[in-house]
Parts: sequence; structure tokens; C-alpha cells
Amino acid sequence: MSYFSEIYKGIKTLLTGMSVTGKYFVTSRKGAITQQYPDNRDTLKMFDRFRGEVIMPHNEENEHRCTGCQKCEIACPNGTIEIIWDRGIDEATGKKKKKIDQFIYHLSMCTMCGLCIDVCPHDAIKWGQNFENSVYDRSTLTRVLNKPGSTLMQGVED
Amino acid sequence: METEILYNNFKSEEYFINMGPQHPATHGVLRLVLTIDGEIIKKVEPDLGYIHRSIEKMCERDSYQQIVHLTDRMDYLSANINNEAVCLAVENALQLEIPERVKVIRTIIAELTRISSHCLWWGVMGMDVGALTTYFYGFRDREMINDIMEETCGARLTMNYNVPGGLMLDIHPNFVKRVKEFVTHFKSKLPEYDRLLTGNVIFQKRTKGVGVLSREDAISFGASGPVGRASGYSCDVRKHHPYSAYDRVTFTEALHTEGDTYARYLVRIQEMWESLSIVEQLIDNIPEGEHRVSTNAVIKLPKGEYYQKVETARGELGVYIISTGTKNPYRLKFRSPGFSNLSLLNHIAVGGKIGDLVATMATLDLVIPDIDR
Repeated sequence: MSYFSEIYKGIKTLLTGMSVTGKYFVTSRKGAITQQYPDNRDTLKMFDRFRGEVIMPHNEENEHRCTGCQKCEIACPNGTIEIIWDRGIDEATGKKKKKIDQFIYHLSMCTMCGLCIDVCPHDAIKWGQNFENSVYDRSTLTRVLNKPGSTLMQGVED
Repeated sequence: METEILYNNFKSEEYFINMGPQHPATHGVLRLVLTIDGEIIKKVEPDLGYIHRSIEKMCERDSYQQIVHLTDRMDYLSANINNEAVCLAVENALQLEIPERVKVIRTIIAELTRISSHCLWWGVMGMDVGALTTYFYGFRDREMINDIMEETCGARLTMNYNVPGGLMLDIHPNFVKRVKEFVTHFKSKLPEYDRLLTGNVIFQKRTKGVGVLSREDAISFGASGPVGRASGYSCDVRKHHPYSAYDRVTFTEALHTEGDTYARYLVRIQEMWESLSIVEQLIDNIPEGEHRVSTNAVIKLPKGEYYQKVETARGELGVYIISTGTKNPYRLKFRSPGFSNLSLLNHIAVGGKIGDLVATMATLDLVIPDIDR
């Protein structure tokens, strides 16, 4: 007797499970979460806070907000950020002032922890939305974030 | 007499077989050296170290803010709870007053992390015992949590959202709406889990009475989390040593007494319901206020030893900090749940078949980077 009841029970649970999958088989289009990634690149928008890479925004006059205080370099756990700086003459006051020469960012070492952006006092660096970083040569992942010839924005340090 | 001679002539020999480090059922680079007689397991020896990254040593080099992001990489499925553990330890040492808002948000995110971890476990559990469908259902619901995390924390898995003193950013304006959407969505989907897998006869035959762990053994092996609770060992840190906002929510600790694979399965399913209820209790009244208390740029803990434990999705995670008053810890030890849960594998798998070992391992819910650190 238990033999038949087990067969009955087995078939019953099988059908119960298949009713779940069958429901999705019929209504497969509804509630699909799969994104057709390479095809939807034009419409794909990442969230505002998405951590893709560290970028340094520049305005139209090729000015950035980085004063070269090196707080991000100290905050970084992996040595991802390297700031090469020297002292230039400030045109307004005529005094010697620290300014960045190169803001080097090693994307290949970055763990996207966000401590550098968290610690930056002038919002000089931000998260970029780009995440397509596969390259053939690892050295191309080392980037200089400040554009050539860029200068410090007026009024950042006040 | 004749049968005895026959038996002696055909005496079986023990042999060794490697399971892992590249094996789909070990969910990572865990190598098990199995001593087998026929198909009966005589001994299971876990061989660790394939993904050892010396996180504890790196913590001695890093400042307290930097340590937090390393804990993401231990138990990556409950990354946020790991972060919380380190932050709580540092905050307790500094005797910081943490705003209520931070506590509530941390609790909500921790519970969402727990659900997402259990969703993944459920999918993988089904796959380990031969039901591939569950994998897609579990990942479907987990995707919604990942989106919530991505919108608020910026990353899907390794968020590094907690900082000593609070949260890195305030919650995203959409956070509450999205979490509510998820709760209603998941409440309708969770019964499907039961219909699809829990009640299935094949699944029950694979799991009932397999890998039985008694309450005494659970305690002596240091089992924690769902593994301990399935054996009737009441070990929920959230209940016994409440941290963050767990003292103001009501939830029942999922306890079973059978101690077998099926009981561990049921405990996790029940925990998902409890987590949903915790999120529901908190989401409507997140207190207003600061999301962060300012700390010194260089955090120096007072000289002494500090211990903080939290309940991750896998069990009790302990953070033990010895400070000599400098900006780095002198020693930092993680008591990871996966390590002690793995230690009892030999005890419960001996005498069973290899197929049962896979089912047993699935409900231990091992995350290998958590074991190796």
C-alpha cells in the first residue's frame, strides 16, 4: 500500500513543481530580468552611484578641482593613486604653491572601495559610469586623470 | 564458511579521491581528500589554502578605514554584515554614539544581504542535489536586492558601504520604495520555493536523515548560524547579543532539532521569512538624522583588546582587535563562521555516500574565501 501511496505522492509533488515552472513557461516574457547586455548598450544607464572607475571632471576651460593635497593617495589601501606634484608660482598672489603635475590612477589595482572619493575635500575626483575596461595590454589601465595643460579651478581652496 | 572465504578474498581496499579544488560542488577552491571504501566515505580531510590572501596580516598594515574594504572579500555573500562587524568593533572601542538612523539602515541592509545570500544558497542547494531550475529562480530574486545595493551603495557585491562612524553615503531617495517593492515581490515568490523544492519527494529523500549533527556536537565543534540552529543550538547573535537595531524588532529564531540536511534547509527558508519581517518592521520608520558621525581622519584606538560579533548569513563572525594605541591594529583576528562549520564536515559525512556529502556540503553553505581569508 505504501508503495502506491509513494508513487502517488511522487507524481503529485512532481506536478506541483512543474506547475510553477509551467506558469513561467507560459508567461515567460513577463517579469524577465535578463538584460540583453551588448545589444542594449545604447539604452543602458548605470545608477548614479555606480562605481565604475575614478574620473576627474574638467570644465570647459580645462580646469580641475584637484589641489594636490594627497589625501586620496594616503586613503587608498592599494597604492592605486599616485600624485606627482611640484611647486609652481601662483599668478594671483605670486607665492609658491603646490600643484599637481600628474594624477596617476592605476585602474588595474583599484578595488572600488571609494575611500579616495569619500576623503576628497574638494570633490575633485568622482565615480565614472564606464565599466567596460577589458584591454589587451595591462599598461593601458594606468591613466593620467588630469588632462594635459589643465589648471586648478579658481576659488577651490577657499 | 565458504562465504567467509569468499569475503576475505574479495576484501575491499580503501582508496583516496580528490574532490576539488576545481569541483562544481565545492563552490570555490576547496580541496577535500576523501578516503573511500567502495562508495562509503571513511574520512574527509579538507585541504585549505588555495585562496589564502593573508587578509589578517594585511589588516595590520592598513588603517581602520581601510580594513573595512578587505572584509568584503572574505564572505562576499554577506559583505555588508562583515563591514558592519569591523565598524561596530571600532565604534565600540572609540565609544562613539551612533545615530539611530545609521543603526536602522545598517539592520535593513544586513537583512537584505541575508536574504540575497540565502537566495543564492537556495539556488545552489537545488543545483547540488540535481535541480537546475532553482538556480534561476534564486538568482531572479537576488537580482532585485543587487539592484537596491547598486543604487544605494554603488556596488553589487563588494559594497564597502559602512565606515567607522556610520555610512559612507545616505540612502538613495529610491531606497525605501525599492525595498518595499522587493518585500511584496519576494513574499509572493517565497511560497514558490516551497512548492518547487521543499515538498519534492526526491529532494526530501536526498536530504532527510543525511549528515545528522547532534546538538552536543554542534556546540563542541563551534557550529554557528543555521547549521547550529538546525541542531537545536540556540546561537543567534542577533537574539542573544543584539547589536544595531535588532533590540527593537521582534523575530523568532528559527530552531529545529533534527540536525540533518533537511532541517538546515528549513532553517534557512524560515530565516528568509524572518528577515522579510524585520525589514518590514523597520522600513516604514527610518529615523531622520545624520548618516555619519565625523571621526578623526586618522583613527587611533585606545590601547586594549576589543571583540565584536555579528550574525552573518553563515553564522557568527567575530572581530578581535588588539590595539597598542597606534593607527594600525597590532593584531586582528576574524572568527569566521565558515571555518568552524567546515570542521564538522568530517564528523557528519563519514559513513555516507559521496552524493550525500555534496548535499551535506550544500547546507553547510561554505564560502571558501571566508574559510581561507
